[in-house]
Amino acid sequence: MTEPLSFELSRPAVDPPRLPDANVAGPSPADVLPRGALRAKPPGLPRLSEPEIMRHYSRMASLNYSISENFYPLGSCTMKYNPVVNEAAAALPGFAELHPYQDEETVQGALELMWRLEQALCAIVGVDRVTLQPAAGAHGEWTALRMIRAYQHSRGEARTEVLVPDSAHGTNPASAALSGFQVVEVKSGGDGRISLADLESKLSPRTSALMLTNPNTLGLFEREILDIAELVHSTGAMLYYDGANLNAFMGICRPGDMGFDAVHMNLHKTFTTPHGGGGPGAGPVGVKSELVPFLPAPTVERTNGRLTLDHKRPQSIGRVRSFYGNFGMLVRAYSYILAMGGDGLSQASRDAVLSANYLRKLLDGHLEMPHDGPCMHEFVASAHNLTVQDGVRALDVAKALLDREFYAPTVYFPLVVPEAIMVEPTETESKATLDAFAQAVREIVAQAKTDPQGLHQEPKRTPVGRLDEVAAARQINAYLQGQSEDPVLRWKAAAESPS
Amino acid sequence: MLETIGVSSMNDLLVDIPQTLRLESLQLPAGLSEFETMAQVAALANRNQVFADRLTFRGGGVYRRFIPAAVAAVTSKPEFYTAYTPYQAEASQGTLQAIFEFQTLIAELAGLDVANASLYDGATAVAEAAMMAYVHTGRNEVLVSGYVHPEYVQVLRAFGEGRGIKVRKGGEPNKKTAAVIFQQPDFLGLLVDPRALTAAAHEVGALAIAAVDPISLAILAPPGEYDADIAVGEGQQLGLPPSFGGPHVGFIACKRELVRKLPGRLVGTAHDAAGRRGFVLALAAREQHIRREKATSNICTNHSLCALAAAVYLTYMGPYGLRQVAEVSFTRAHVLAERLAALSGWELAFPERQFLNEFPIRVPKGSAVVRKLARKGILGGLDVNRWFRELKGVLTFTCTEVNDPRAIDELLQALAS
Repeated sequence: MTEPLSFELSRPAVDPPRLPDANVAGPSPADVLPRGALRAKPPGLPRLSEPEIMRHYSRMASLNYSISENFYPLGSCTMKYNPVVNEAAAALPGFAELHPYQDEETVQGALELMWRLEQALCAIVGVDRVTLQPAAGAHGEWTALRMIRAYQHSRGEARTEVLVPDSAHGTNPASAALSGFQVVEVKSGGDGRISLADLESKLSPRTSALMLTNPNTLGLFEREILDIAELVHSTGAMLYYDGANLNAFMGICRPGDMGFDAVHMNLHKTFTTPHGGGGPGAGPVGVKSELVPFLPAPTVERTNGRLTLDHKRPQSIGRVRSFYGNFGMLVRAYSYILAMGGDGLSQASRDAVLSANYLRKLLDGHLEMPHDGPCMHEFVASAHNLTVQDGVRALDVAKALLDREFYAPTVYFPLVVPEAIMVEPTETESKATLDAFAQAVREIVAQAKTDPQGLHQEPKRTPVGRLDEVAAARQINAYLQGQSEDPVLRWKAAAESPS
Repeated sequence: MLETIGVSSMNDLLVDIPQTLRLESLQLPAGLSEFETMAQVAALANRNQVFADRLTFRGGGVYRRFIPAAVAAVTSKPEFYTAYTPYQAEASQGTLQAIFEFQTLIAELAGLDVANASLYDGATAVAEAAMMAYVHTGRNEVLVSGYVHPEYVQVLRAFGEGRGIKVRKGGEPNKKTAAVIFQQPDFLGLLVDPRALTAAAHEVGALAIAAVDPISLAILAPPGEYDADIAVGEGQQLGLPPSFGGPHVGFIACKRELVRKLPGRLVGTAHDAAGRRGFVLALAAREQHIRREKATSNICTNHSLCALAAAVYLTYMGPYGLRQVAEVSFTRAHVLAERLAALSGWELAFPERQFLNEFPIRVPKGSAVVRKLARKGILGGLDVNRWFRELKGVLTFTCTEVNDPRAIDELLQALAS
């Protein structure tokens, strides 16, 4: 089943919606503005009635898998349930209808919420201050590196390299490069954890920071984290924490206590703000005291119960986003933290670890488990055995899961595991769901022996089958090189049709 | 579950965490019921003063506009808001198609070839466009012309510092200039001459980056028509509430020859074995998860759900609805400007310049005026002197289709009292 594009459904006979008239005598643009300033032809937007629009988008919604309907064991993405009360909180007119340039006296509640959220995040990750400005995780990574660089500059240090483990998220090296650093890769050892020997050999007076996620992307806790921190700090470099995996240990331990100097958090992972099909998220960054002067401006300050925005921060790295960040997402995260409390957050992480280890055990022996357990909140399996024996790849397993109404785990990441299948069940799934998922994987593994060809053709029950991305890329190249007029990246009216 | 795993306690699963790091508990209050949670959050909401949309005359980059009920009806569908980035295309066709429609809508509005899946906001969109120009031209200076939103320029500076890009304000472009960045209408609401600015950029081999108001494009010549290379902007006005500044949505569109340098997600069409059309993430080789430190940007998450809102809004309005909204705002703002300028001591700050629905006006005792209006429940003009020293006593007022003529009367009465 597919749905036509709004542009294809468009009918010129549809009247525009009824909208207010000016109801006052005054000039129209054509009366006042020079002809050259005006648009000659109306923009090519579709023309549909409201019932047609609602059906169009309802049909499109039905083509999606989502947490509301499906198990979504997407490793590294923490796809937990998004409590609906958070949506109600963010929609309160006292938040949704606030203008960002209202005077401080009129937004004390909003500033108080931001201040309390900052305090809560400080307590959860063990830092001194938090900026709520970054709009996403990658934005937070970059913000943290800018602060580290500004701090080192202020001390007259010209450190030019950032160390990134080979198992790291792609955003890590990209953020480092955008912050003006050379990226140096650190190898993982045979046990999947960072190799201290390799780390030591890469550290130098040029090193600005080591970017690390813990547990790492294999779901393994870096047991030697305290030694790593000591080693990094002994060269004068800083330790940055990628918060993608924070859901593993809330209330169990804290990055700040491990020695991390800057910590980013994904409110859309750990703190249940919805992913929205790819944003909006929010990526606050927490820092230890030495980095506080470099926080983006403005910060929220509280004196004698009165809240203010502090724009006068001479050492600040400046502003990383307009206004104060994705405020609506901050409301949702705050509401989640209030409802969970310290006890609830600790329980959530424990349950996430329990679920991951349980599911890992159920799949052990069916898929390869390249590293010894226990794991933390996620684990990485490998379909390497199936590939070698039956020609069935991780991608085939992923697509076959879609036909069994499970979203697929993350595949081919981290890069250090061949045919990687990265599974993160989260704490919000029941044992019954985990059992059903494990059963589905076992069936697929069994089918790999009997009918590998069938697996190559899945999914068959989704709205479309496997899409030919290679052919699509070829067509895009033809367009970009001027050999074709089909843009592929947008709809375009056929030349003869009236606009 | 512990038994299946083969351990006797939860602590056996946490053995890799050094004992010295283990916490007793979090220093946070205990959890609350939903009722108590909502009561606490609502108490904070109630401490804010909400100005009625019809009595909001303040803009500065965020505007009160009519939002059709259809927008929230679509974006609150859990199939949309609880889905992830569409990595598995076959299970994400709804999200992918919505993004593809958004890309087309933005490209149509801008009159340019291709738009991406969205960015965080207008400010980061300007910064990302500057990065594209830096990479495309190999030059490391960008020129900001005229009154570009001050927060966009601040974000541009912060982004530029990492890459070694210098931001120059004012003056003429030269052979070192990667791009000329201008805003149409500008931060004060005034129209600039985009043809002249674009031509000046092209004359020295620089790109022209137009930061545009999407609703203005229903009546103003689009960037593609005056040959701008990249158009960016803030999409808040397309169906998103002000929400104290976010989440909103940035957009970016460009000419064909710059598409490979676009940041972030791009969705394209593809076909399955049965010949059915579907949608996939395209040109991923630009992106961080493939290219790592050589990526065009570090962006991973875009603002999909906000882009969906914008797509529903633009589809609801259609070409003529959007023009109606823009024209009504234009007419009312001009009526308001005339009435305000007739007040004793008030004068338009740039009487020779054209504007659409926001304008700067010089006011005696601006801050007292704004305070007086606030006491009457009216959110008056924005004091722009905070950013621009030369604009002493200048407030910008905005007027859209939500500010009905009686609201304008109420504003004038409040000022007269």
